[in-house]
Amino acid sequence: MTTLTIAAQDSATMLWREIKHSIRLLRLLIVSAVVVPVAMLLLFDYILGGTLGHGLGAVARGAPYVDYLVPGILMMTVAGGCGPTAINVSMDMTGGFVDRIRTMAVTRGALLAGHVGVSVLRMLVATAAVTGVALLLGFRPQASVADWLAVVGIVAAFSFALAWLSAAIGLVTKSVAGANGSTLPLSFLLPFVSSTFVPADSMPAGVRWFAANQPFSAVVDSLRALLTGSPVGNTAYLALAWCAVIALAGYVWAQAAFRRGTR
Amino acid sequence: MTNLKTRTAVSVNGLRKTYGEKVVLDGVDLSIGEGEVFALLGPNGAGKTTIVRILSTLIPADARTASVMGHDLRREAAAVRNVIGVTGQFSAVDNWLTGEENLLLMGRLLHLPATELRTRAAQLLELFDLVDVARQTPATYSGGMKRRLDIAMTLMGRPRLIFLDEPTTGLDPRSRHTMWLLIRDLRAEGITILLTTQYLEEADQLADRIAVLDRGHIVAEGTPEELKRRVPGAHIRLRFADVASLDEAARELREGTRDDEKLVLRVPNDGGIRSLREVLARLGDDVAVEGLSIHTPDLDDVFFALTGNASKEKSQ
Repeated sequence: MTTLTIAAQDSATMLWREIKHSIRLLRLLIVSAVVVPVAMLLLFDYILGGTLGHGLGAVARGAPYVDYLVPGILMMTVAGGCGPTAINVSMDMTGGFVDRIRTMAVTRGALLAGHVGVSVLRMLVATAAVTGVALLLGFRPQASVADWLAVVGIVAAFSFALAWLSAAIGLVTKSVAGANGSTLPLSFLLPFVSSTFVPADSMPAGVRWFAANQPFSAVVDSLRALLTGSPVGNTAYLALAWCAVIALAGYVWAQAAFRRGTR
Repeated sequence: MTNLKTRTAVSVNGLRKTYGEKVVLDGVDLSIGEGEVFALLGPNGAGKTTIVRILSTLIPADARTASVMGHDLRREAAAVRNVIGVTGQFSAVDNWLTGEENLLLMGRLLHLPATELRTRAAQLLELFDLVDVARQTPATYSGGMKRRLDIAMTLMGRPRLIFLDEPTTGLDPRSRHTMWLLIRDLRAEGITILLTTQYLEEADQLADRIAVLDRGHIVAEGTPEELKRRVPGAHIRLRFADVASLDEAARELREGTRDDEKLVLRVPNDGGIRSLREVLARLGDDVAVEGLSIHTPDLDDVFFALTGNASKEKSQ
């Protein structure tokens, strides 16, 4: 066997392990990955949606607020997967598991590859489930098949990027609780300070520029354009470029932290 | 025993490890033969786990290197990993996988052929008495069962050398005894075992050779018998019916320390038949000896005599 096939085999083994974990923890995962985003969707649509929808004005292009909201909720569904990923990585590092596999002839990157792989799978399944619920709640996308494929591609790329970043956070935090807390900016703060719920233009001058130009807005804007059938422009490329940058930074950071943490 | 020198499993010369200012290992020499059970005995912080971590390729040593099963630790770490198995001090079982899945996980990471994977897992579940709980996650296991699974995972790849870092710490007496039986079985199969322990009795029970480690130094090394011989203190205790008899015995023997309260005379003696007979002959038939007991030093005596801090504690 070549090094490459062994690396692939080891990564597949780790992915198998993580899928087993996800199945064992299914109920917890459904709550954090599906129920929470759906609750956000209900809260923002039914409770706040009336006023927020009016406030959108021309931006909404005559569509109800739910059509504006759902792309943002989908992005938040992906972002909500950061906590579990960081926690899982941190648990492996603080327990004896990582030491055990380091005394075996296992490909070094396989453990993290397994975590990232299953994280992307979880995020994709969760966004699909949330999309299904949104359709039941009256979300009416205007997307063509090609648009839908582009949506899946962006969601996958964003999931991949955030998974590497979360893995790195899980590696550098000293405790499992710390790992969870440290992902809050990703899963909560940055989504709010972006065009997830309201346009960046409506925000105070101090944060407006940041909100309009940060990566979460790029992802939401591209998803929104694709799903509502409005002009996509270069937002999709911008979103993918951001995903590439975040994935690369997360990957490099994670690899460095893994080497440092296992010396 | 014939002294045919077997092959060396572990060879370490002048091993050093420091963390900043703190010297954890200060020139440790070890030589472990294949098939041997070697115990590193020492209190917490002596450096036992550090030695295990270095020899199992987890951390590099500062100076000098070592060879494990004929492979250089630094240059041939991958080759070393192929022949060793490690059970660390802290549980390394996966709590979200069942017992069987834990073994399968190890087998897959060891790249065992698919056919061997299941048979080996089934064999180890049987051997370690885990068949009934094979389909449960370790959350439902007792401490002893968890530790057994941990060691079974270590054995999936049929390692020739295994490291057991404090294998019985935290186990109840019965589980500890089961673990001892398991370790003896592994030895019978010819697996070389390096185990660390804080328990003198454990080292005495299991090890062919023992190194006593204290603050990064090996302060003594040898078979359990050799170590016990190093410490003077073998004696017999004679108990008498009254002070008069004690007086007379002390006069006749002219050595030993007396305890008037307990009516006991402690006499240096190796406990052999000849020297016992000699003592009894000198006492004659008139001195009323109520009882006699023989005391050989155990590893506790060795340990206290050899490690500085412990002996200080004892003299207090």
